[in-house]
Amino acid sequence: MKAVEQLRESMRKDRQWSFMYSMLDVDLDVSQGVILYLEDVSVSFDGFKAINNLNFYVNAGELRCVIGPNGAGKTTMMDIITGKTRPDTGSAYFGRTIDLLRLSEPEIAALGVGRKFQKPTVFESHSVFENLELAMAGDKRVFPTLFAKLSGEQRDRIHEVLGIIGLQEQTRREAGALSHGQKQWLEIGMLLMQDPHLLLVDEPVAGMTHQEMDRTAELLLSLEGKHSVVVVEHDMDFVRSIAKRVTVLHQGSVLAEGSMDEVQNDPRVVEVYLGE
Amino acid sequence: MGLDSVMKGDKGGQAMLAVLLVVAVVVPILNLVVPESSPWHVSTYTVTLLGKYLTYALLAVAVDLVWGYLGILSLGHAAFFGLGGYAMGMYLMRQIGDRGVYGHPVLPDFMVFLNWSELPWFWHGFDLFWFAALMAILVPGALAFVFGYLAFRSRVTGVYLSIMTQALTYALMLAFFRNEMGFGGNNGLTDFKDILGFDLKSDATRIGLFLASAGALAFGYLACRWIVTSRLGRVAVAIRDAEARTRFIGYRVDRVKLAIFTFSAMLAGVAGALYVPQVGIINPGEFSPLNSIELVIWVAIGGRATLYGAVIGAILVNYGKTYFTGAFPEAWLFALGALFVIVTLFLPKGIAGLVGMIRTWRRSRSASEPHPEVSP
Ligand SMILES: Nc1ncnc2c1ncn2[C@@H]1O[C@H](COP(=O)(O)OP(=O)(O)OP(=O)(O)O)[C@@H](O)[C@H]1O
Ligand SMILES: [Mg+2]
Repeated sequence: MKAVEQLRESMRKDRQWSFMYSMLDVDLDVSQGVILYLEDVSVSFDGFKAINNLNFYVNAGELRCVIGPNGAGKTTMMDIITGKTRPDTGSAYFGRTIDLLRLSEPEIAALGVGRKFQKPTVFESHSVFENLELAMAGDKRVFPTLFAKLSGEQRDRIHEVLGIIGLQEQTRREAGALSHGQKQWLEIGMLLMQDPHLLLVDEPVAGMTHQEMDRTAELLLSLEGKHSVVVVEHDMDFVRSIAKRVTVLHQGSVLAEGSMDEVQNDPRVVEVYLGE
Repeated sequence: MGLDSVMKGDKGGQAMLAVLLVVAVVVPILNLVVPESSPWHVSTYTVTLLGKYLTYALLAVAVDLVWGYLGILSLGHAAFFGLGGYAMGMYLMRQIGDRGVYGHPVLPDFMVFLNWSELPWFWHGFDLFWFAALMAILVPGALAFVFGYLAFRSRVTGVYLSIMTQALTYALMLAFFRNEMGFGGNNGLTDFKDILGFDLKSDATRIGLFLASAGALAFGYLACRWIVTSRLGRVAVAIRDAEARTRFIGYRVDRVKLAIFTFSAMLAGVAGALYVPQVGIINPGEFSPLNSIELVIWVAIGGRATLYGAVIGAILVNYGKTYFTGAFPEAWLFALGALFVIVTLFLPKGIAGLVGMIRTWRRSRSASEPHPEVSP
């Protein structure tokens, strides 16, 4: 009888792929206060170790900055977390229970890991509004998407995010026509639409004016607490303006970690940056 | 999800559908009612020619859906068109019955000629119209599904994908050339007599096929509009412009591609099935890689990612082809090539883009001149 019931359960219209859901529905477990665990992770590209025995933890609700010279492996680390690159060894857990290494990119995104790329990519031929609409959390399978209709609530949510990123005036504009800074904010807005637990933001202020940088700092700080945020950035003034804890990456592993002052006075860090 | 919401903002498409409706009403009248002596009479030959153009237009719309909106440059869509055509051709062959040259009650002439004693298994069921019609859609759809499943899952994109689609249609051409395949070898399928009991040579049947082609084009156009105006359509454009980004947002890019590619192949199959009874023959030449390239050129000339541009491109280029191959047969390929180069250099958005260019030019001119109608 049990088997029949299970079969019936698996045929329910509203949960067609119950086995898939059961995999994705696992609750994010942050009972230890940690949302991301990377342990002993190594990756090499053609023999070159881009990530070398990396151990990296992020607390729930924390805003963490990651710095490090070019080629330190910062982007590669994000590639591993989002499932784009598979490490050769080591483990990556989202909360205590979710093994990221067993999931695909869309599955990881669906679980609530959002990513902003180093090079800003928005959907240039769509309007700002449509960019946010596409990013919105929800059922993203083919047929539900084909029949999707925007509810009033969802519309409100989009307008709320438009407010957070300060693009209300540009709602109907083509994203391709936005300034560089506006595109970066739109991309952060797209992340927020996914209701992510963890945001990975790669070089958000590259190419921004000072005013734009200040606005971006405000924006990221406003996310702290509600989301866990990892920011990779080269601009030290910017990092100083938002950072509480900073991790320094060098040659694929953590060189130092602490407050901005501690890190900047660490002789090893000084050496790495001066030796460049 | 009404007609108006699907066609909203698509001025070109509205105009195209209106013209299509007028043509579908007027042409049959000019053919059947107006006497042959009148200069207004439209010959049955012309009706069939127009019907053929309409099937090409539907094929072009299918190509524009995947190329213009999804960014997949398929150089193998003629394969899906050809398969749809063969499915219809098989039905028409079986309708011949014992009226063939050899008079065999079941076997088509070419099988008798090859000394086959019975119908191959895959020819069964094709005596039924509904079955053949279903196969004209399902076979191209299934091929596109299998091909797309393998290609999109392994993330083959760009030029490599285009080359694979060329290889696909080329392989089909070689296979269908073989007599042992059971599709009539290089002669293909021809000498059709009737369809659903109607004589294929009669004017009324020709008009019927022409109207069916116009209806299929209108239906296919609206279906494609419905897709591109849905959220899925916006996801498709997102994939075209930034595929990796779309994946990180949480869409299964491979499945979106697979669904739209398969649908497009089915539309191409419908076009092929309507094409064959009008031209009266289907042979492996339809799978020629050149055909697929040519139809991408129609879309480029008409204007990508507009859908109605594909219709304009297909009809204009094929009208040009009919004219040129009559007047200077050798010059056609050069003319097509030259047209393609001119359009890519001077009209990157094709003929559909020309309308927009004229509009902005007019607007900027009227903006710089003092407006006479503005009164103080
Ligand atoms: N797919 C790849 N194939 C080969 N080498 C790679 C690949 N991805 C990264 N690398 C190499 O790994 C190293 C780390 O690269 P990564 O992009 O992670 O550095 P980064 O810290 O983000 O640098 P930047 O500050 O310049 O963005 C670099 O030397 C890079 O060339
Ligand atoms: Mg980087």
